[in-house]
Amino acid sequence: MQGSFLTTLTTVVAFFCAAAVNADETAQALGDLETGAKVFKKCAACHKVGEGAKNRVGPMLNGIFDASAGAVEGFKYSKSMKRAAADGLVWDYERLDAFLENPKSMVSGTKMNFRGLKKEQDRHDVLAYLRQFSDDPANIPEAAPTAMAVEIELSPEILALQGDPEYGEYLGSECLTCHQVGGSDQGIPAIVGWPKTDFVVAMHAYKEKLRPHPVMQMMASRLSDEEIAALAAYFRDLE
Amino acid sequence: MKLNRRIFLGTGAAAAASALASPMVHAAGHARPRVVVVGGGAGGATAARYLAKDSKGEIDVTLIEPSRSYYTCFFSNLYIGGFRDLQSIAHSYGTLASEYGVNVVHDWAVAIDRDARMVSLAGGDAVPYDRLILSPGIDFVDGAVAGWDVSAQNKMPHAYKGGSQTELLKAQVAAMPQGGTFAMVAPPNPYRCPPGPYERVSMVAHLLKATNPTAKIIVADPKPKFSKQGLFQEGWADNYAGMVDWIGSDFGGDNVEVDPEAMTVSIDGEVTKVDVCNVIPAMKAGHICEQAGLTDGNWAPVSAHTMQSRVDENIHVLGDACSQGDMPKSGFSANSQAKVAAMAVRGALTGSKVFPAKFSNTCWSLIDTDNGVKVGATYEATDEKIAKVDGFISATGEDAALRKATYEESVGWYAGITSDMFG
Repeated sequence: MQGSFLTTLTTVVAFFCAAAVNADETAQALGDLETGAKVFKKCAACHKVGEGAKNRVGPMLNGIFDASAGAVEGFKYSKSMKRAAADGLVWDYERLDAFLENPKSMVSGTKMNFRGLKKEQDRHDVLAYLRQFSDDPANIPEAAPTAMAVEIELSPEILALQGDPEYGEYLGSECLTCHQVGGSDQGIPAIVGWPKTDFVVAMHAYKEKLRPHPVMQMMASRLSDEEIAALAAYFRDLE
Repeated sequence: MKLNRRIFLGTGAAAAASALASPMVHAAGHARPRVVVVGGGAGGATAARYLAKDSKGEIDVTLIEPSRSYYTCFFSNLYIGGFRDLQSIAHSYGTLASEYGVNVVHDWAVAIDRDARMVSLAGGDAVPYDRLILSPGIDFVDGAVAGWDVSAQNKMPHAYKGGSQTELLKAQVAAMPQGGTFAMVAPPNPYRCPPGPYERVSMVAHLLKATNPTAKIIVADPKPKFSKQGLFQEGWADNYAGMVDWIGSDFGGDNVEVDPEAMTVSIDGEVTKVDVCNVIPAMKAGHICEQAGLTDGNWAPVSAHTMQSRVDENIHVLGDACSQGDMPKSGFSANSQAKVAAMAVRGALTGSKVFPAKFSNTCWSLIDTDNGVKVGATYEATDEKIAKVDGFISATGEDAALRKATYEESVGWYAGITSDMFG
């Protein structure tokens, strides 16, 4: 993921600046809106987007994120696009990115005669621009993400933080919205007092999506090995 | 409450941490930095509890909340559907006061003097602060629904703040004549609890199916679509066939006028006599945010890293009242934001460690008995906003066992979040 190295560094720095209240951003915005608006000029001859946008040579692009392919009302799609839609193609970020890189490699018979945006940054920027015209997750929580999570890679600096009880306590506060500190297991399992290894293994199984629970898969997926260890240590010692 | 002992015992770590950075200068003549929290819901109660708990007595925490009994808005639909009694969604602040040492003041915060850093109360007192956390929830936009204002709320309840309004709406549904009509005027975006109105429709339908099966439900909606729409519409068709008529903005649902005296609803010019009318108007931040000059439009913009107001760095705004980016306005979101704010406030006032902000949200909704669905996401802070990075939603066509497990999970979550708020 582009820029993740830099952000990892920033995150590490933030850990060590004890009172760094304004820690730098941890999520990476999809791209730059303003640059994206300029890149979109290449598309604008055929595609309209925004309030009142209508189909032209290509379909209008409002609400394109997470929409099924070939679904804009009143647009006459190619057979290829209809087939891709029937096969279940949905325009999530990765597929839009791949399509924009080379439309015909993704949907071979598409009517979209555009050789593609070869620069990755151009695609990120134009997708950030387009993202504004799809549902806002604040209103429709299931709407497409607006930023990419940064994977925190293990580094010696982060490993040195192992067992930081304060970090475990802060991270753990997020678990306690659902899991009770008193150890009740009604509807939601208890997580206090587990042997550390069991806790770590279970969290990694969620992270690898081996254990089937969407909330836990999501929560675990953004935790580094170190963060899982900190949580395991914190909850083990919580009576 | 085993954790509570930490307040009194764990001072070593706090002292070591405070040596790392010099605490901000706070009000002279007062030994401990003072944090005032306005609003005792999912944002405010959580923030007060975490500040008191984690500062281990280093911060003087005052919580200002008018109600002695707090009724959660979340799960109030389950009360309407007959799945919970009212007492089970009522909470008091006793534990926050006795176990955590929070000064709980039952009064209305009426004004904020940002220069003097002082909160005025309706009872006449003024409370000084070093940091202020506002979590006042929502108020309604005047004139949002033609024909309705707050004075009509006993005829046409909103039931969008917990407590007596919820009770009233349920009583009105129970008193509907056989074959009568329940109307809902749904709110425009953004509003508290995106799936809430539609869970309410499900719960009203559940109640009517048992007692009044020929009754009808009409929903006039100013939006073309809504959260979990596929799941709700599948659920309505499967469980309440022919009962629910949802009229979105594409079909005139945005052109509504009500008459509380005549008990009529006009949708796109067509007037219908109804027996119950649940008007959920457009919303804005709790009034105190506007009074304090913190709002831009209807909401108070905040920094995603700390939940600090973009207008005043001594004030943090949480939950429904703030505009922060991608998080839906929900109790879960407010609780999540409260932990980030509590960490930031503690860091600023005592020099404790501050970690990068992480946020999450899950909204469960009940469609019918043992038929629960959910949508959730994780969020991180960018300089611009709280941005969504990952998410999931229940699928249509899930089997009964999974839906039952989801419902049971929501019951577990309710117990978890309320003990996270109130101790």
